[in-house]
Amino acid sequence: MSTKDPRLLLQAAPLLKQHLTTRGAMLDVLLALLPATLAGLWFFGLSGLLVLSASILGSIVTEWFFTPQDARRRHLLDGSGFLTGLLLGLTLPPSLPLWMAFLGGAVSIGLGKLIWGGLGQNLFNPALVGRAFLLATFPNAMTTWSPAGGPGDFFRLHASNLAMPFMHVEYDGVSAATPLGMMKFDQQDTSLSNLLIGNTAGCIGETSGLLLLLGGVYMVWRRVIDWRIPTSILASVAALATVFFLVDPETYPGPLFSIFAGSLLIGAFYMATDPVSSPITPRGAWLFGIGIGLLVILIRFFGGFPEGVMYAILLMNAATPLIDRYTQPRVFGRGRAPR
Amino acid sequence: MSALPAFLRRGFSHGVHPAGFKDRTADLPIQRMPFVGRYVMPLNQHLGAPAIPVVEVGDSVRRGQLIAEPGAFVSTSLHSPVTGRVAAIANRRFPGGVFARSIEIAADPYATQRLDPRPPADWRDLTSDDFVAQVQRAGIVGMGGAAFPSHVKYSIPEGQRIDHLLVNGAECEPFLTNDHRLMVERPDALLRGIEIILHNLGIQEATIGVELNKPDAISALQRQLTPSQPVSVVPLEVKYPQGAEKMLIKAIYNMEVPAGELPRDLGIAVNNVGTVVAIADWFETGAPLIERIVTVSGPGVENPSNLIVPLGTPVREVLNYCGGLKDGPIELIMGGPMMGMPIASLDVPVLKGTSGILAFTEGSDFRPREYPCIRCGRCLEACPYFLNPSRLARLAKARLYAEMKDYFVMDCVECGSCTYSCPSRIPIVQLIRSAKSQLRQQGADDP
Repeated sequence: MSTKDPRLLLQAAPLLKQHLTTRGAMLDVLLALLPATLAGLWFFGLSGLLVLSASILGSIVTEWFFTPQDARRRHLLDGSGFLTGLLLGLTLPPSLPLWMAFLGGAVSIGLGKLIWGGLGQNLFNPALVGRAFLLATFPNAMTTWSPAGGPGDFFRLHASNLAMPFMHVEYDGVSAATPLGMMKFDQQDTSLSNLLIGNTAGCIGETSGLLLLLGGVYMVWRRVIDWRIPTSILASVAALATVFFLVDPETYPGPLFSIFAGSLLIGAFYMATDPVSSPITPRGAWLFGIGIGLLVILIRFFGGFPEGVMYAILLMNAATPLIDRYTQPRVFGRGRAPR
Repeated sequence: MSALPAFLRRGFSHGVHPAGFKDRTADLPIQRMPFVGRYVMPLNQHLGAPAIPVVEVGDSVRRGQLIAEPGAFVSTSLHSPVTGRVAAIANRRFPGGVFARSIEIAADPYATQRLDPRPPADWRDLTSDDFVAQVQRAGIVGMGGAAFPSHVKYSIPEGQRIDHLLVNGAECEPFLTNDHRLMVERPDALLRGIEIILHNLGIQEATIGVELNKPDAISALQRQLTPSQPVSVVPLEVKYPQGAEKMLIKAIYNMEVPAGELPRDLGIAVNNVGTVVAIADWFETGAPLIERIVTVSGPGVENPSNLIVPLGTPVREVLNYCGGLKDGPIELIMGGPMMGMPIASLDVPVLKGTSGILAFTEGSDFRPREYPCIRCGRCLEACPYFLNPSRLARLAKARLYAEMKDYFVMDCVECGSCTYSCPSRIPIVQLIRSAKSQLRQQGADDP
């Protein structure tokens, strides 16, 4: 007979849990972004690195500052603040003044996430909130692009990076247009191989189509993103672009250009799939993706901007609660689901 | 409609794939646990009304003697698991941290504990009412864990007909191997039980559903089957909660039991393999339900085993027989690790619905830190009822219980797939469980 009863714990079942944690999912996304990030550093050198660091720093400092002391460690370690900063940085032009990148990171976390109640509560994608803020506040700096360089120019730093806050920004002589800009304003095509590799002007992390796709496939394989969202975005963009291209090949680019130019891939795989701000229901995910594809084509082909992925995602973010409400799954053994 | 061929059959959708942990006991033959000093038989160990004692304190009872009779139609009989003396009829510990009125029996240390059953009348000559009465008289309940009195399932309302007997050998809960061993060691008894039920309910066809992780059980049953028997053994995908009644029906017949209806409304009777064997034992030998097979396992147990345990045996004695518990804090679960009940005292007895006693040691992930819901949707993909557990958990945390009803919280069978799948480690099913009990209480308060 046993001498003394053991201390009995009373944890309600189920006691078994699958392995993936929220923190692990964040790390998976970071890992998936690594190739495209490294490509960005290859093409945009030290300037790219500094802009990324500034936006990540802006995010983390803001998260740290506005989090109660006892929760700081946990909130910073969940990786979501770092990820937001990195995603924002990857969608910024490499010649952006660093203080703007820092401010963008701060706005992403402050207005994009914390003001809503923290992780899991925000309506909009935090990184895109920061980017929309920057584009509205500093339109000039946010649309001045520099050509992609190589490893030889790694230490070439843009003078504009070091501009003092709120002072006039001096740009280097060399500026360039993005593939989408060239297409929209000059009807000038960019070769597909350059779009795939990323050897074009653009935001730090958006240019290398192949590596973004690689990371996206990794995330789908690891099931950290919902495959329906990128699938429906890319399919609807490709379908609509094909229709326009067939009607008027002089004015409109083909489907491959539409998919690989600009920020569609980084948006479709890394921004739109943010689970917090996208629909949770499977049917909702399809609707959400199709809506984004539609808006992207509308803005790109008919709007004033060459690029529309950011606004397309933000607009569909706003529609997410409504979509969720109307696409509740049909309950087992019942006819229709509630609204 | 007969079972579709395997390549056409669709399983149930969603569900999860927890690791099985069954190999530690899957090959261990069932042993009989020796008798101990005291037995506690709670009067409410089945669903429905508590049984009413028919013995008094001080009475001598024989093993297998009736000690309590059904308190209502949805209730069943209790029999003494040992020869001995009624020591008390009082409140005793019950799983879930409560006390329940129980008959406590002190075993007679000098008795032979031989069972002297008298077989009931031949099962071939029974009317359907007699059959139902016999099953209630034997104290037989669903042995899968719910302990719902079986005779209630067999009393078919006027105008309804049962066409299919579905025998549940899925045993989808990790760790448990009691049904597995029963199918391997007593396939003959299982098939005889099926024959008895088919005959008395006028059913033409029976299907035994067994998950593919029990190939020896499948082949044992198939070896035992003769071509003339209207019984088929259907291997099932290994997936939790395959053994949930409605999921099993979906997997085998591809039919959804409508919400609020019972399998019998579709002409199906579902029985656990243990229940069917209990039926065979009663009608062939007259042995009532006084013992059951229990899997004792989990990382906190020294010698995992499959045991025949007399009902009412304190968990303490069962664990001692299995070499005791490992050191350190222990979590004890009665049933499986997904849906079982934590027990707060080693004095709790083994009940008719106790399929397993599992001991867990406190690991690093035992009480994981909860993160906010990031709406990843894994719980939606896990829920076999297609509910929205993420939404339900949010509403439960906000105590918006009434709104949860609009999301069909009452359809939840509490299988725990949502909590299992949540990467933020949110105790979703636990929140839903307490919300449901709140709602039931409110419903009882204002009728």
